[in-house]
Amino acid sequence: MKTLSEINRKIREGNVCVVTAEEMTSLVKEHGAEEAAKEVDVVTTATFGTMCSSGVFLNFGHSDPPIRMERAWLNDVEAYTGIAAVDVYLGATQPSETRGIEYGGAHVIEDLVAGKSVELRAISSGTDCYPRKEIITEVCLEDINQAILINPRNAYQKYIAATNSSDEVLHTYMGTLLPNFGNVTFSGAGALSPLSNDPEYRTLGIGTRILVGGGIGYIIGEGTQHDPKRGYGTLMVKGDLKKMSTNYLRAASIYKYGVSLYLGIGVPIPILDEKLAISTAISDEEISVSIVDFGVQRRDRPSVKITNYAELKSGKVEINGEEVKVSPISSYYKAREIAKELKKMIERGEFLLTAPIERLSCDMELKPMKQTEKLILVRNVMEKAEVISINTTIKEAAKMILSKRVNHLPVVSSEGKLIGIITSWDISKAVALGKTGKVEEIMTRKVITVSPNDPIHVAARKLEQYEISALPVINEHREVVGMITSEHLSKLVARR
Amino acid sequence: MKLLLRFDPKITSEPIIAKSVIKTKTLINILKASVDQRGGEMLIEIPEENSEKVISTLKEFGVDVTKLDRPIIRDDNLCVHCGLCISLCPTEVFKFDEEYRVTIDEKLCLHCYTCVVFCPVKALKAP
Repeated sequence: MKTLSEINRKIREGNVCVVTAEEMTSLVKEHGAEEAAKEVDVVTTATFGTMCSSGVFLNFGHSDPPIRMERAWLNDVEAYTGIAAVDVYLGATQPSETRGIEYGGAHVIEDLVAGKSVELRAISSGTDCYPRKEIITEVCLEDINQAILINPRNAYQKYIAATNSSDEVLHTYMGTLLPNFGNVTFSGAGALSPLSNDPEYRTLGIGTRILVGGGIGYIIGEGTQHDPKRGYGTLMVKGDLKKMSTNYLRAASIYKYGVSLYLGIGVPIPILDEKLAISTAISDEEISVSIVDFGVQRRDRPSVKITNYAELKSGKVEINGEEVKVSPISSYYKAREIAKELKKMIERGEFLLTAPIERLSCDMELKPMKQTEKLILVRNVMEKAEVISINTTIKEAAKMILSKRVNHLPVVSSEGKLIGIITSWDISKAVALGKTGKVEEIMTRKVITVSPNDPIHVAARKLEQYEISALPVINEHREVVGMITSEHLSKLVARR
Repeated sequence: MKLLLRFDPKITSEPIIAKSVIKTKTLINILKASVDQRGGEMLIEIPEENSEKVISTLKEFGVDVTKLDRPIIRDDNLCVHCGLCISLCPTEVFKFDEEYRVTIDEKLCLHCYTCVVFCPVKALKAP
């Protein structure tokens, strides 16, 4: 058994033994945990990934005359001002009002760390003690009083991998997912991941000294959505923006999704006993990852397969008998760099370890959002669909549109499966071009559909996204079981 | 060597590639092609040896030719080696080396510029 003060004494004396979590894995494999626990004093762990739940508290000091900022923008990115006069919280994912998701809170944070000037603009209705109603000024990090990074959720213990079973490309926070299991993306540093190396959180909690964005920082406690029982622990961390470097803090624009912040975090684990030697010896194969299907737009997405970080890092995984390309969205290269950097800092005596004042919770339960409104599904509101067979003539289809008073006719094959759709527009176009013959010639083959169990929100979004006015509802055999139109949905909204 | 060809709509109905192959006796490999009422665009690959002859022949036939020496340009200061480009690239341009740094194999690039669009830190650019 070692104590933290013994380890810190060794650090001061310059004879501490530090290895990275990767090195520890092979060390324990070769020499056993007992031997490793005697030899090794500290194991460094790290991660570098997109950490959306991040932001910075900034205090600009008071202007003359003073202003109580009611709304404030930094380079056109709005910051939260509901905290005193000149304090703001700038969230990483907030998009710019003029540049959309190409520039956001994360980019402002990176620009500040890089020493760039940022435009601060604020407005107020004015008060007797804060008479000023607007201000525009340019500031850089050294002009600002405090720039405290407080991130509600960072450094996930491990994370899911993502794939897409649908036939549309999906742009998600896990990157772009190609249709029909076209690719798999994953996030996390595997065996280097801090919380994975101490899953009982014996050395982690409020006050544990860590590296955040390249500078000294601290764990504040559990992050939001901390889910220890399922192995998805998270950290809330604090750091000083003025001590950080763009080597370990970078803004990201995830295509057609939003803004995020790439952040590097390093955590040292003191090897106080054999148990910690065993836990820090964890390997990529031992950390399981669920490949989740984002083609299902619900909270509980199905798991397509359980894999592990070793298989994901190989670049290929097998799904339904096919080999699928895998790529990370987090940087293992940077995580390694941070683990090595922390190791060097400890060896040079520049970093002393601290014990947590209170450990992270091991039994917190993660709850879903309580929803007071009942979820309405497509099946609750859909209407009967009038369908036509592929052999129907254009003239018969036109007659049906009139007699049934509909604007859309799904076209089905002889087996009753959906293969196209005809609208009144298609009929008009056919008449204008003088076409007669079967509907097969004029129908749209790529039909946007919904399933009966989809929430109506999914239907509403599809109607908007594809600029259409009706969706055939199909079951898993592609048989048309109903129709949902924008008229239905607007009636529903009106009723509420 | 890869070439980007642009065809005016007036000449898209002519078998220019076939004629060029016959005239220069050089194999032309078509990697990507799209033709519509606005004209045609083609990405071809030709051997280095006869490249100048092929280029001048295509130009004689009225084709606009651009040499694609550098497929995509990466700013190494911006790249964080996240690897997102790897599974989105239609060929195998991007790979990890032993250090988990992303490497680029320019020869395989099809100039689709998917990676340029998707890179989260905007480290990639079209030339």
